[in-house]
Amino acid sequence: MNHQPFRKPTGGNIDRSQPLTFTFDGKVYQGYSGDTLASALMANGVKLLARSFKYHRPRGLTGYGVEESNVLVQLRTGARSEPNIPATQVELYEGLVAESQNRWPSLHFDIGAVNSKLSGLFPSGFYYKTFMWPAKFWPFYEHAIRHIAGMGKSPTLEDPDSYAHNYRHCDVLIAGGGPAGLMAALSAGQSGARVILCDENADFGGMLRGRRDTIRGKPGPEWVADTAARLAAMKNVRLLRRTTAAGYYDHNLIVLDERVADHKATPENHEPRHRIWHVRAKEVVLATGSIERPLVFADNDRPGVMLTSAAQAYANAHGALAGRRAVIFTNNASAYAAAADLKAAGIEVQAIVDLRDSLEAPELKIAANANIGVLNRHVVVAAHGAKSVHSVTVMPVDSNTTPVGEAQEILCDVVCLSGGWTPSVHLFSQSRGKLCYDETLSAFVPDKSFQRERSAGACQGAFQLDACLHEGAKAGAQAAVAAGFATTAADVPRCSADAVVKPRLLWAIPAPDHLHGGKQFVDLQNDVTAADVGLAYQEGYHSVEHLKRYTTLGMGTDQGRTSNVNGLAIMAGHRAEAITAVGTTTFRQPFTPIPMGAVAGLNAHDHVAPVRTTPLHHWHESLGSPFAPTGQWLRAQGYPKDGETLEQATMREAKHVREKVGIVDVSTLGKIDVQGPDALEFLNRVYINSFSNLAVGKCRYGVMLREDGLVDDDGVVTRLAENRYMITTTTTHASAVMNRLEYLLDVDWPSLNVHLLSVTDDWSGIAIAGPHSRTVLTKVTSADLSNSAVPFMGYAEIDIDGVPVRLFRISFSGELAYEINMAPNATRTVWDALLKAGANQEIIPYGLEAMNVLRIEKGHVVGGELNGRTTADGLGFGKMISTKKAFVGKVPARRAGLTRDDIHQLVGLVPTDEKTRIPRGAQLIADPKATKPVAMQGEVTSQCMSPNLGHPIALALLNGGRARHGETLKAHSPITGQTVTVTVTNPIFIDPQGERLRG
Amino acid sequence: MLEINCPYCGKRAQKEFTYAGDAGAERPNLETGTNQDWFEFVYLRNNPRGLHDELWHHSAGCRRLIKVRRDVVTHEIIDTGAPSDSLSTGAS
Ligand SMILES: [Zn+2]
Repeated sequence: MNHQPFRKPTGGNIDRSQPLTFTFDGKVYQGYSGDTLASALMANGVKLLARSFKYHRPRGLTGYGVEESNVLVQLRTGARSEPNIPATQVELYEGLVAESQNRWPSLHFDIGAVNSKLSGLFPSGFYYKTFMWPAKFWPFYEHAIRHIAGMGKSPTLEDPDSYAHNYRHCDVLIAGGGPAGLMAALSAGQSGARVILCDENADFGGMLRGRRDTIRGKPGPEWVADTAARLAAMKNVRLLRRTTAAGYYDHNLIVLDERVADHKATPENHEPRHRIWHVRAKEVVLATGSIERPLVFADNDRPGVMLTSAAQAYANAHGALAGRRAVIFTNNASAYAAAADLKAAGIEVQAIVDLRDSLEAPELKIAANANIGVLNRHVVVAAHGAKSVHSVTVMPVDSNTTPVGEAQEILCDVVCLSGGWTPSVHLFSQSRGKLCYDETLSAFVPDKSFQRERSAGACQGAFQLDACLHEGAKAGAQAAVAAGFATTAADVPRCSADAVVKPRLLWAIPAPDHLHGGKQFVDLQNDVTAADVGLAYQEGYHSVEHLKRYTTLGMGTDQGRTSNVNGLAIMAGHRAEAITAVGTTTFRQPFTPIPMGAVAGLNAHDHVAPVRTTPLHHWHESLGSPFAPTGQWLRAQGYPKDGETLEQATMREAKHVREKVGIVDVSTLGKIDVQGPDALEFLNRVYINSFSNLAVGKCRYGVMLREDGLVDDDGVVTRLAENRYMITTTTTHASAVMNRLEYLLDVDWPSLNVHLLSVTDDWSGIAIAGPHSRTVLTKVTSADLSNSAVPFMGYAEIDIDGVPVRLFRISFSGELAYEINMAPNATRTVWDALLKAGANQEIIPYGLEAMNVLRIEKGHVVGGELNGRTTADGLGFGKMISTKKAFVGKVPARRAGLTRDDIHQLVGLVPTDEKTRIPRGAQLIADPKATKPVAMQGEVTSQCMSPNLGHPIALALLNGGRARHGETLKAHSPITGQTVTVTVTNPIFIDPQGERLRG
Repeated sequence: MLEINCPYCGKRAQKEFTYAGDAGAERPNLETGTNQDWFEFVYLRNNPRGLHDELWHHSAGCRRLIKVRRDVVTHEIIDTGAPSDSLSTGAS
């Protein structure tokens, strides 16, 4: 088991004294501390690691880092199972379990591979073409496609881990900790600026991790370790490893995703699995490096075909060998040092196949020193092999880069590709910086900055190590100076020289006819070929954005990191235009995928929104009351006892209140304290009715309109003192009303001297209602509660059982009733005192449901009627509308469309059989059998069974309803399909004269 | 996400604020505004490309309404102030 046939005995940044056991597709392997899952699999000689998305072709590793497009695995098991993780991004830990994806039943025998034979069915746009006819079969096709074309599987269990969000400001943020980023951090750090340096990998170093450069005569990784230690000693510098700068947003906000615990089996010590950093940076240095490009030729997707830099990094950093015999295929000089590294690591390099005509001295010297044969002006036209490459066909090219002459076959089990380098301009582009196309590098590079950032090193096309170090040092100093610190660039160390990248271009290598044209893959992850790009062009999808949607080129987890430039260059070829004219697709956040749990952070489960409970919540709970969410509030619905259902309890409670007495928790009502010399003027402007003659110690019902003249909210206004009022709002509108009143004062009427304070949480509320309510109240207070002392709509400040309370003689139920406001922590005292004092009167608590029944019986409007589409007159408030004063909404409310006789008006409904419940939300129509469309005359807004009337009732909004009492209509619910014959009535079912509440 | 300079609190993240509409929309006089005036105020808004004055409610902060002059193309905030302040044009 310990045998790792493709592992060098020495070398690399791994710890051979710490072996780690892991499982891939059920088979146990061993790797070392410092491995990634990818490098460990390579060391074990496991080459077939994935099946492709569409054709289920065998695939192996192509990359070393985030660019990996093939080997996505299902990582971990059970609740922590996670799909679509690139094996290159997984640090090995003891006991790691991973499975390959997109194959059934196994990687080696995959039924879906039949797609490869049927590939005629899967051209670009196949979703739109093959399966669109006949249309009614689409659901069937969709099901079948989703089964075979999918990536990994989402876990079905709840995520056991936690995630955190962190907010920071800094002077200089540096994204990327390669040579440029490290130098930038030294420069900025020495200035005293607050610096954050982040890198997506387990450690800093970037390109230096996988190469054999020297800095100050020492191996690159040693300089990296020294530099990281120097930076760690600076108190103003924060180093974040395993942290991806995932998104660049407006005003220099950069979102980082720190993988705190992904390199362990499970997070430990309550640490979050990921931590999202929201960093507002004064200045930003982008040092995000570059990614090598593959070359496009027939069957270039065979396992063993990979990026040259990847094979080099596996050998150098992990002592892992991609194979025994390699062919290097390049169009630029950067592959030569890599070839020499592979050779030094023990891989036999058969040949360097170089597209270029003439080679320069430095690379020839490398090849000669390493004793590697070079075939310049040659190309690989095809790879051969199924589950692993076993050979390539190589041909010379003429001056037009057309393959001509004699083909030769070279045996190999690794093909290393280098098609030039693509700067990682994702963050720059997200920041809305403008790109330009560099012909020499054949790559898009940053041109004009938009935000306060600058790029340094390979991400702006400076691929040489020396240039990266210098640019980084300079950029770090510039950023610090721009952030207000005095500094100069840090000293740049001497380093080894490396090749200048000047690719010769040939975007898709034409395959000679006798090879019968194997697929030339442009985008491995999405199985998009050069022919697909051609087809998209033929069918008119010429723009790169259309190309992307039509072929899926550049979609998926790798977002076209290795495929974009090749794809759009091939499109440019078809269009016979320059690449710069074709442009590139938009780079979107995030740079690499972020788990949804990390995005949600703590805002999961019950923490999505705050839950508001009243001071009596636990009391309600102890009586077994269910709760109804009302906005953020939880309101007690009722108190079933002796096996009652909630409905039965509601009937009992509502009947009992009309006959005797009950108390209900009304703490959730919105309450706003309005103070100031202009308070009266303010209220007169926002309510339809006037408060000018409202005396101190009196309450009055009020209705507010919106600016468009429709009803906004209602409530009770109480004049507490000469210049002080308290107004109530409906529970759910409380914050919206507060916002609007603040807006009016701040923006429109700044000259009014009025102050507002939300006091919803400062005053809890209990309503006591029923014919015995005064009797009960009198027992708990010495205050005079007679009709003359506290008349209907009167207000008093009294004392209940030692608690100072505000007493409002208002009634929602239509019975003799009071509302009591008190300090929240005294609520229970008052509640208990009332229950105790009312024992002889058989006082009961009642819940939200009974309260709702009582108000429907009285025709009081709430949310269903205050639905944003009703007028004050339509709801029956016509007489309240002041003609003497101006108020918000007055003029628009007079518009013809809002004052017609046939608009929605509030009515009551009773089923003609006096038995059948009227469905909630039903439409009022004349004849359900009439030819459709049937004219809708109104809608049911509230309904209940009335225990006091003994039959169901409802409130409804009906066209011209006030003049139609007595009419018979059908209430039809399109949801339940039910139709009930109803009679239109007065909406006030009980005590229309209001004698009981004045009693 | 924007960073908005509240004239009362200082620079704060956008998530503390709620957008509160077009600061250029002129509310008709409550006494004298005509139906047409109100129609325009309620329903009609300009949608300029470039500088735009807008109102933001510092709803998770000081709860004041503030005026923000923002370039809606670049998201650059030129100036902020009280709703009645006249803001800088940024052409300094
Ligand atoms: Zn503020």
